[in-house]
Amino acid sequence: MAMTYQEMIALAKAEIREIDPATLERRIGDGTAIVDCREADEFEQGAIRGARLIPRGLLESNIAMQIPDRSTPIAIYCAAGARSALAAKVLQDMGYTDVVSMAGGFGRWKSEGRDWAEPVTLTKEQKIRYSRHTLLPEVGEAGQAKLLDAKVLLIGAGGLGSPAALYLAAAGVGVLGIVDFDVVDSSNLQRQILHNVDRIGMPKVESARETLIALNPDVKIRMHNTRLSAGNILEIMSGYDVVVDGGDNFPTRYLINDASLHLEIPVVHGAIFRFEGQASVFHPYEGPCYRCLFPQPPPPELAPSCAEAGVLGVLPGIVGSIEAMEAIKLILGIGEPLVGKLLTYDALEQEFRQLKLRRNPECPACGDREQPPAIVEYDDLCMPAGTVARTT
Amino acid sequence: MTTINLPTILRQHTGGAKKITASGRTVGEVFAAIGSEYPKLGEQLTSPDGGLPIFVNVFLDDEDIRYLDGLDTVVDENADITILPAVAGGR
Repeated sequence: MAMTYQEMIALAKAEIREIDPATLERRIGDGTAIVDCREADEFEQGAIRGARLIPRGLLESNIAMQIPDRSTPIAIYCAAGARSALAAKVLQDMGYTDVVSMAGGFGRWKSEGRDWAEPVTLTKEQKIRYSRHTLLPEVGEAGQAKLLDAKVLLIGAGGLGSPAALYLAAAGVGVLGIVDFDVVDSSNLQRQILHNVDRIGMPKVESARETLIALNPDVKIRMHNTRLSAGNILEIMSGYDVVVDGGDNFPTRYLINDASLHLEIPVVHGAIFRFEGQASVFHPYEGPCYRCLFPQPPPPELAPSCAEAGVLGVLPGIVGSIEAMEAIKLILGIGEPLVGKLLTYDALEQEFRQLKLRRNPECPACGDREQPPAIVEYDDLCMPAGTVARTT
Repeated sequence: MTTINLPTILRQHTGGAKKITASGRTVGEVFAAIGSEYPKLGEQLTSPDGGLPIFVNVFLDDEDIRYLDGLDTVVDENADITILPAVAGGR
């Protein structure tokens, strides 16, 4: 029997549940997945905050990827409540057990004065460039927009900094600051893949910038061609969302830790030695800090540098990539970042391990949130200088 | 016997061995046994006041013994000990 459009809607509505906008508004944030089944151009002009776009035409093919658990409560809406009724019926037929359609659609939602926003949208070029990200339900266009809006500071454009910078730039992180006072040397090129033979003698921050903007012109590079010191670290670090530590000495690592406790910026930590790597995330006051783990640095004979002891070039590639991954997880708020955990990597054994790190309640650096450590220049002993009242 | 995982920097004291074994009821006893077989390594695992080593962290399985019972932490038969040094390298 042939049916009119109106008859089809009426049939669908008879088999599904509808809720009014006020009921949907109460369900925001309770675990209900809110699906906007309009077309992309309608969605971009305004949508319910937190709704995800799955156009009606892509619903059957995309829903299992976006919402794999068929018992997830789903509230679906369109412009006026007709398309969403058909969509809810389809989802029920596909085995989704808790689906409702919003009567009246977004038109009624808006006319009732409820909260909505214009979703951050990507340009046509960005939609193509980042499509492998936006396909991931954990990222999506909203997550990509967060990356484009994020600011990450890389300490060091060397072994760890090279892969971290390349992947963060490729991922579309909006602002990448790079701190390094060194120039490119041919002995760097065995591992520092930001640089190349034509750049020998060039400041590393400039070489890094050339490489990164060639990879992704979306990214703004801020160059800090300077040595981090007690005098400049707070100014350089402030305003960033995440710091990626690719330094090569203990005084700098303790200095970064102290400044991160002042500014309350998470630090993604990476360190390498010959065939061994370590990575962690020091999230101020949420987990342990660097000094909780290492109250004082080892004597030089226990901690020779890469220049003295050598390092296999791929090792910083792996550890620096892990740092980039952790930075992206922090920006997107997904997964379990390495807060309170130290990942160790042994390249010769191909063995990863995780050790639990605990916050030391007596830590001279992070023991009291209102009294972060004084920012002082460290010598090789890196002894804490006491604390100061919080000013930032 | 307990297996002790050694970082690169300490393997010079064991003829290059990455893993060694030693017996003891507690971490302190295991370290004493290590010290009698590998005196130089033993030095790195003790502090002058007889407390925990200063420059390395000691994990029994994945737990830092500072937050267990320190050197008195009882070592299960199947547990292993990991010695973790601070590493600064990055460039």
